[in-house]
Order: sequence, then C-alpha cells, then structure tokens
Amino acid sequence: MSPESAIGSEENHFRRIVIIWVVLSVVLDLLFWFLVGPHVPPGRMTSTAKDNQFDFNVLMVIGLPVVIGVWEWLGYAAVKWNVKRKDMPESVGGPGAAGNKRTEVSWIVITTFVVLCLAVFGTIALYAGNGSGSGEGPNPILQPAGAVKAETAALAGTGSWSPNSNEVLPVQVIAQQWKFTYRYPTFGGFESPDLIVPDNTEIAFNVTSLDVIHSFWAYQLEVKADANPMQNNVAFTKTEQLGNFEVRCSELCGIWHGAMFNPGKVVSESAFMTWATTTESTNATNTANLAPFAWTYVPDANGAAGGYYPDGNVTPYSTVEIYGSKQPS
Amino acid sequence: MSRGGRLATVLGLFLVVVGLVVWAVASLLNPGVPGGVVNFTKTQAAGQPVQLTVQTVGSIGFGAHPTWVSYLVKDPTSGKWIHATSWELPAHTLVNMTIDQYDSGSPLRNQEWGQVLGTIGSTATLNGTSFSVYNSNTGNGVGHTFAIPTLNISVPLVGVSGNPCGAAPCHFNSPHNVETFSFKTPGAGSYNWQCFVPCALGYLFGNGGAMSTQNYMGGELEVVNS
Amino acid sequence: MTTSVEAGVEAPEPPAFIDPRKGAGGWLSQHVGTAIVCGFLGYILGHWLGNYIGSAYPYIANSGQNSLTDFLALLFMVTGWLLGIGALNYPLAKIVGREAKGEVQYTGWTRYFRYNLDHKVVGIQYVVGVLLFFFTGGLLAMAIRTELLNPTVHVFSADTYIKIVSEHGTIMMMMASSVIVGPLGNYFVPLMIGARRMAFPRIEAFSLWTFIAGYFVIFSALAYGGFPTGWTGYAPLQTQAGPGMVSYLFGFAVISVGMMTAGFNLAVTIINYRAPGMTWSRVPVFVWSIIATAALLTLASPVLTAAGLFGLLDKVDQTAFYVTEHGGSSYLWENLFWFFGHPEVYIMALPGFGIVGEIIPVFCRKPLFAYRIAAAGMIGVALLSFFVWQHHLFQSGIDPDMRPLFMLTTELISIPTGFIFLVGMGTLYKAKIRYEVPMLFCMAVYFNFLIGGVSGVFLSDVPVNVTVHGGFFVLSHFHYTIMGGLIFAFFAGLYFWLPKMTGRTMNKKLGLWHFWTMFVFFNLTFFPMFVIGMLGQPRRVFTYAKNLQTLNDFSSIAAFCLGASFLIFVANLMWSQFIAPQKAPANPWDSLGLEWQTATPIPAYNFERIPVIMTDPYHYSEEGAPELADFGHDPPVHASSFTARTDPNQYE
Repeated sequence: MSPESAIGSEENHFRRIVIIWVVLSVVLDLLFWFLVGPHVPPGRMTSTAKDNQFDFNVLMVIGLPVVIGVWEWLGYAAVKWNVKRKDMPESVGGPGAAGNKRTEVSWIVITTFVVLCLAVFGTIALYAGNGSGSGEGPNPILQPAGAVKAETAALAGTGSWSPNSNEVLPVQVIAQQWKFTYRYPTFGGFESPDLIVPDNTEIAFNVTSLDVIHSFWAYQLEVKADANPMQNNVAFTKTEQLGNFEVRCSELCGIWHGAMFNPGKVVSESAFMTWATTTESTNATNTANLAPFAWTYVPDANGAAGGYYPDGNVTPYSTVEIYGSKQPS
Repeated sequence: MSRGGRLATVLGLFLVVVGLVVWAVASLLNPGVPGGVVNFTKTQAAGQPVQLTVQTVGSIGFGAHPTWVSYLVKDPTSGKWIHATSWELPAHTLVNMTIDQYDSGSPLRNQEWGQVLGTIGSTATLNGTSFSVYNSNTGNGVGHTFAIPTLNISVPLVGVSGNPCGAAPCHFNSPHNVETFSFKTPGAGSYNWQCFVPCALGYLFGNGGAMSTQNYMGGELEVVNS
Repeated sequence: MTTSVEAGVEAPEPPAFIDPRKGAGGWLSQHVGTAIVCGFLGYILGHWLGNYIGSAYPYIANSGQNSLTDFLALLFMVTGWLLGIGALNYPLAKIVGREAKGEVQYTGWTRYFRYNLDHKVVGIQYVVGVLLFFFTGGLLAMAIRTELLNPTVHVFSADTYIKIVSEHGTIMMMMASSVIVGPLGNYFVPLMIGARRMAFPRIEAFSLWTFIAGYFVIFSALAYGGFPTGWTGYAPLQTQAGPGMVSYLFGFAVISVGMMTAGFNLAVTIINYRAPGMTWSRVPVFVWSIIATAALLTLASPVLTAAGLFGLLDKVDQTAFYVTEHGGSSYLWENLFWFFGHPEVYIMALPGFGIVGEIIPVFCRKPLFAYRIAAAGMIGVALLSFFVWQHHLFQSGIDPDMRPLFMLTTELISIPTGFIFLVGMGTLYKAKIRYEVPMLFCMAVYFNFLIGGVSGVFLSDVPVNVTVHGGFFVLSHFHYTIMGGLIFAFFAGLYFWLPKMTGRTMNKKLGLWHFWTMFVFFNLTFFPMFVIGMLGQPRRVFTYAKNLQTLNDFSSIAAFCLGASFLIFVANLMWSQFIAPQKAPANPWDSLGLEWQTATPIPAYNFERIPVIMTDPYHYSEEGAPELADFGHDPPVHASSFTARTDPNQYE
C-alpha cells in the first residue's frame, strides 16, 4: 500500500472512531440520565439521598464517555489493526510513532481540566449538601441553620422539638458490639433500639461508640458516619419522604458485624411527636438509670466491671472546640 | 526420565503441596456450626410451646478454653446439659425460656439493656417475681443479657454474689437466679443471639474471646417451618 | 574505585560474593529443610520463654491469653528460619569480627531450595512463593463466595467467616505487594539495565526468605483462631482480638521488612548498576515502574512496621497507642495504616503499568508511544500516592476541612494514571497486533483497570462516597484495579518472560483457554458487585438482604469458574515447563528488549561482557534505526533488525 493511501486511511480511522464515540456517548448518556438516573440507589428519601443521587448521575455522565472511548479504541484496534487482516499495512514505525506533541499536550490539558472540574463540582456539592450526610467529626463546619442552637440545647438538657417548628432534631446513635441504640436528648434523653424520625425535618445524627469502630449507615437516608469510641461524629440530613429504611454497620466490628442492622422509619411529624412523648414516659424508669446524656461516653475498658460514664468535659456544643475527655473520679 | 515419569512426578508433587495447603486450611476452618445444632422441633407436638432451658457459667472448665464464660443448654431429649449455642426452633411458635444464671454481675455498660425488651408482655420473672426494668447499679448487678438483636429481644440476667460455681455444668444447689420469659419465634431464617455484657474478662472492652467466638456467649437460632 | 594497583602486582580478587560449587550439596548443608527445623525449634523456644515470663504477671495468667508467648514464638520462629536458611551467616560473622566467607552457591537443582544470591534463582523462587500465597488466598476466596450463596443458611459460623475474609484479604495484599516486583523485578531488572548482578545480592535473598517466612506467620493466624479485623486491622478491634491478631501484626511487620529491603536493593541497583549508555531516557518503562515502586516500598513500608509494632505493644504489654480510653487514639492506626496503605495500592498498580508498557510495543511492532509521558506518569503516581491516604477516612469524622483537599489530590492522581492509557492507546494506533497470550492479558489490563479507575473517581467524590464507602462497590473497585490490573499484568509478564526464565515456552492453546476463562469470569464475578454495593450490601458480612441473593449467587458461580480458570494455568505450567517441555528460542517474540539479547539459558553473569547501550529498546518498524547495543561481539544488534523477520503470515 502506498504511503499516501496509508495517511488517508489514518485520518479516516481517527474520524470514524470519534464519530462512533460521540454518537455512543450521547445516546448512552441520555439513556442513563433519563431511564436509570432517577432510580439510582438509595433513592430520594432525604435531601442528601437526592443530592448525592444527582452527584452520582453527573459523575456517570462524565464517566461513561471515558469508558466508552477507551473500550471503543481497544476494540477498534483489536479488530482493525492486527496481523490477521489480509490488507494490513506495515505498522507505522519510526520516530513519528514514538510520540506526538500535540496529542500529548491535548491529552494532558483535557484530563487535567476534567479532573479539576470534578474536584470543584464535588466540593460545591459537599458544601451545598451540608456535608452530604457524611460524618463530619465533633466540629462540623457544614451544617444546616439552627444546628448549633439545637445541639447546644440538647447537651444542656434544654432542647425542645415540636412538629412544624422547623427545628433541627438531634438524635444520638450509640454503637456497641453488636447493635445500634438511639437516644433522643430533646425528649428527656430516653434510649431506644428503634430509630424513628419525623418527616420534613433536619436531623443531626450524633454518632459515637462504646467500644470499637463501627459505621452508622442509614442506607435510604444516605447518612454514613463512623462510630468511634469517645468521639462524636455528626452527620446531617433532611427527611423528605415517609417510609421505612435500613440501618447497617459498614465497618467491620467483629463476629456479629454482619448481623448489626435494624429497620428504621420516617413518620409524620405529629406521629413522631406522639411516639417520642409516649416512649419518654414508658421508658422513664429506665431513663433514670441511664448515664446522663453526653456526646461521648467512657466505658471502663477493663472488662465487664463498670458502667459507662458521661464525658466529663461537658462544654457547650461549639463548632470550634475540641471535646476533651475525662472519666469522672 | 520419560514423559510419563515426569507427569507422575510433577502431578504427585503438585498434589502433595496442594493437598497440604487444602488440608491445613480446611482443618483450621471447619465448616458447620461449632458445638452442633440442638433440635427443638422434633420433641413436641406442632403448635405447642417449646421449653428451652439454658444456664450461664462463669468458667466452662473444659475444652479448648476452660477459663471462658459460656452458656449451656439442656438437651430436650436426654435432659443433659450440653455445650451448644445454636438451636433449631419451629417458626411462629411460643418459646418458654428458663435461664439459670450462675455468674456474678456488675453495672451495665449500657443501661438500655437493664430493660426487658421484646418478650411477651415485655416482662420476665426473676426467681418468680415479674419485672420489666432492672437497675444494674444496685445489688449484684447484671451478669449477662440474653439478646436477639435483630428481633429487638433482650433480657438482663441478674448476677449472683461471687462466683460460687467453678465449672460447668453447675449444680442446682449452687446459688443462682432463675429467670423465665417467653417470646414468639418469627418466620423461618437464621437469627443470631448474643450477650450485651462485655463479660469476656482479660480482653480490652471485654468483647473478645468468649464474646467473639460462637458457642460461648452467642449462637444462632435456626428457625424452620415445621 | 580509589584503590590503585601497583604495576606488576596482580590485582586482588574482589571479595567473592558468590562461591560457585558444582553439585547439589549434602543433606546437612543449609537449605529449606534446615530452615524449617530451626524455625520449629525457635518457635518452641519462644513459646517457652513467653510462658515463663508471662506466668509472673497475674493479668496474663488470669486472662487465659498470653500474647507475649504468641509474639515471642513467632519472632523466634522467623529468626530460626533465617538462621537455618543461612541468611545470617554473613552478618553474624561480620559482627563477631571474622572475615566472612562467601556463601556457597551450589549449581544443581537444589539451589532453588537454598539461600542463593543469583537474582535469576531468587526470581524463580519468588514465582513459587507468590503462587503459594495466591492459591492459598484464592482457596479462601472460594470459601467466602460459598458462604455468600445464601443470605441466611450458613456454611461457616460467623466467627469462622470473619476469619476467612480477614485471612483472604491479608494473604492477597501481602502477595500483591510482591507479585511483580519480587519475581519479575528481581529477575529482569539487572538484565534490562545491562547489569551482571543486583547491587545487594544478600539483601535480595533476605527479602525473599522473609517474604516466605511471612507466609508461615500469617498462616499461623488460622492455627491461633484467626483474627476478626479484615486486612485493614482497625484498632481497637485489633486490640480486643485474640492471639491470631499477633500473627497479623507480626506477619505484616515481617512482610514489610521484606518489602523495604527489596525496594531498597532495586532502587540502588537501578540507579548505580545501569550499563554504560543506559541513560535515564533509555531505561525501559518496566524499569521506570520498578524504581517508582521501589521508592514507595522503601518509604511506605517502615510506617507499617512501626504501626504494627505499636499494635503489638498494645496487645502484649497493654500500652495504649490505639486505645482512646487510655489516652491513645483509634485514628492513629487508621492514619498510619493508610499512610502505608495508599502507597501500597500503587505498589500494586505501577509494576502492572510497567509490564503493559513493555509488552505492548513488542506485539504491536511499533515504538512505545510517548515514552517520556509513561515515565512521568509513573513518577507522578508515586509522588501523589503519599498525599491521598485520608480518602479512606472520609466518613470517619476527620477534620471536615481536609476532605475537599483529599478529594482534589485523589482526583489529581487520575491524571498521571491517564498517561498510562495515552501510552497504550497511542501505541495501539495503527499497530500490527499479534494476538499472543501476553498481548491479550495486556489489553485486558486496560479493559479492567479502566473500570477500576473510573469507579475510583466515584469513590473519591465525598458526596458519592457516602453511598459507596464500606460496601461492595469499593470491594469491586479494588478487585478491578488489583486483580484486573496487577494480576492480569503478572500473567502477561509470566507468559511473556517464562521462555527466557526457563528456556521453555508456555503452551499457547492452554494459555488462550486460561486467558479467556479468566477474563470473562473475572468480569462476571466482580461487575455485579458494583450493583450489589449500590444496593446496600456492606463488606465482610455473613448475612445480607434476601433480595440480593440472585446477584450474589451469580457472582459466586462466576467466582468458582474464575477459580477453575487458574487450574488451566497450573496445568499449562506443569505441562509445558516440566512434563512436555518445548525448547524456546532465545528471542521468541522478536523483542528488542536487552533481556532477550543474551543467550538462553542466561549465563551466570547475564552478559559475557557489559553491553554498551546505544538507544532505547522500542525502535520497532523503524528503517535505519540505530544500533541497540554493543555486546562486544559481532555482529552488533541493530534495533531495526527484527522488523524484517516479522512476517505477517507467520501468525496466520
């Protein structure tokens, strides 16, 4: 084959690859966005679930063309440019095949641009989503309005919540081997193995552990926060739909890690109020036995002996202070 | 060496090496339920409540870990105490449970488990007296809990003074608390049960050893359709 | 050299690091058998000593668990093993001030069972070692998938299942950190840079025998009742765990000493032992990938050794490095572990990139596209890999300010990784692909690693990370990168280089069967796991939601077939290497690589004379290409000389 025709076919190859790529990418992106996108797990039960589903779909729309492009290139090369083809010309050798500055520079510029866009997009999404439902540690910087007030009041024991008040509801998640229990500081600090939250409410999950590291994963709520001993890990979400959800432990915590799950429920605000006040009164005897409410608890680490104690350093909830810890003498 | 000879040699060596690894792995990871499954489905007529009697003992006194705390169960056919914590139960059936608690107690790490949760009437009896909340900061404290976490069932087992019983099975004459309660089994499936008192002494947080090994402080309820 | 030699006086022999001796050596000389015996005796001694010391402490006597005994037994076992194999002969002689004799190097088949200082012997020993790790880990993977066939009916008890998962993960990670660097790195780096040996042959052999000792240590975890933490070993679960945890901590410490020494040796060799003319712009890309990996091995592994030592102290002496309640921090382990752990995952990716870059031009009959970009990509990945570790802790409650930063660095690392794709795609462009088994494996690396890489971008995005962290999505992601990338590349390298290593070609038909079954069933096993993860299945669980059974069963059955595909490889290995060996030509793939230009079997010192390198080894299909190297004999090898021999009809 003459060099001229080789060059001619070269241009055709590249153009053909690009055309196929653009068509495939557009079609598959549109199919994904409109057919699959709205159903991407874990659904749209909360603000964070909805936002993170959108994020996932955006990444997918960017990622699909990348995958299609590389696979198409591999497939095209595998079919077109192998020695089994009878009309296969000599491969392009020589110094020209060892590099092409324009291709290299454009590749670097394009990938860098895409990657920087992704990082900016992720950061904006994280800030706009008030932390996107992920554990932010004891001093969250991204939080909904009213969180500081609600959390401060909760620790002081003066917190209140009522239906349609638009107040943030603090819920404490206590992980231990191998079950989560939940304390409601705004309702006398009662503790329950049931997680029930009101609809249309900003929830502040305060996650801590009495022993090893667990991870609180409220799947449909799109909340995930590691439960660390002696640390309060706060995550926010806003419920937007009624329904049931699943809570699971997503950090290996020992023998019964796989069985560390429980169902939860988003109910209407008035139904929640009824449940919370009823449980508060039925549990009153046991609530009196519980350790006073605190963000973290210090178990006696030497075995069975000893209960848990509230964190000695009960400073007010603050976005800047780091909580110390002292076991009361 | 001929090709046949090489084939035999290579295959033989391969089988020896693979055999050694497979044997070592398999013998160290015995499949199945440690201690076996005690069957409570055969021993009574359909629909009749199951009588399930267990005891707790501070140190088992035999086997691979003689110092470990453990549960024992009374075999429904022979009436003997056996060391097995997985029990096959019929689905949707009432279980009347009796627990002889021979171990000492302490304050609970999480007082939530001082409540009786998930049993019929949310109560249990302690030596004949009904109760629904026990304050573990008083008296002998709580030694163990019998809990089925995924069913939200938990019953505190009140401790006795000291550890009068040295080795399993404990004799009825030895000081102990008797607790009874009932619960209904759910549909067929496998449900784990455990203790919520970090009672495995000597390990950080008390949740290692006996608490982290099946057939000591935890096991499975194998619920089957009868 | 600064020593001058007087005229007329014969120059003194350099101290012999190898004392070659014909024959196999007697039963009483040092070999694997004496190492096992000494290791066993060391174990007993350590066990006794631990019990002797421990019995004086009431807290140990009362608890029924003596971690000191477990630790000392393993420590003495490894020391005994190294003593028995002969690894300590030289340093001990030096310590007591005697002039050390060179190690006896037998030439017969028994050299593969001895402390041998020839990098070509060590390479083969490493192949056997990593395959032993790989098949043990694979067996455990089969057990995992068996348990997950049903959400509620259990094959294993809950604690046994956690043991299996943890042991599988740890064995595989230990294997993967050496799988290419150990066998192929040690074997081919000196050949590719025109060196006659490694810079530190004793250290090289030491790294191998500690690697093998690591296998026994981590295997002993099963005998001790296993450990419940997975390969990440998070504290304080680690501190709470039983005696098997000591095996994990000490095993990783042993392995990381091996990694450190291997990396150090490779880096020094590549920097100092390049042949004349082997400038940095002529170094093969595989060597670039190995020096990048060597830097990571040398700098990241010590962190793991130290972290493991803290963990051992917590367990043995009840210190509180990782116990928050006693003044330590559970975050300390997480940070130390991942500060090692994230460079570690690039230790498991870079050598794969190198192999692909090395092999693709040979089968494309084209120069490597953008050689400098390939080298820059590897160095870039290596540098950035030290700045991304906290993306493993996005949900852990770390300082929330740090998360955008680690999101950025993590996403930045996809730029140099993308370079590797540019290099591959550029080389494939208008190439002349020969479908040999190594080439197919290389193309599969691109196919698989792409999914692994793109799913990594999802993981690095903090909001999406909330859904995918700690679930089957991330599990699938790293199997796509490590198995889909590194292990496929390892097999590419093995099929490619075994003809040089053993002088025997692998059977192509069996190789194709191996490739296609492995490729298809790998994807069928792990792709559904992305969906399983999105649907909410956490990692390391023995029971799961009933609606996920179909997907899990599909994945399990594919996994069994994937397991079976490796039996084809074993059959091929045994058949074509031992039972019906086919003699390989000296350069069966017509490669321009320096390693192929020496004779098969390779002479003891690799090259009769040190070659003088003229150009890089990628001038395929180039008319008037420069000479590749001057080997000091006629005729010189021309870089272009193979183009003529590449007859397309040969591969019809």
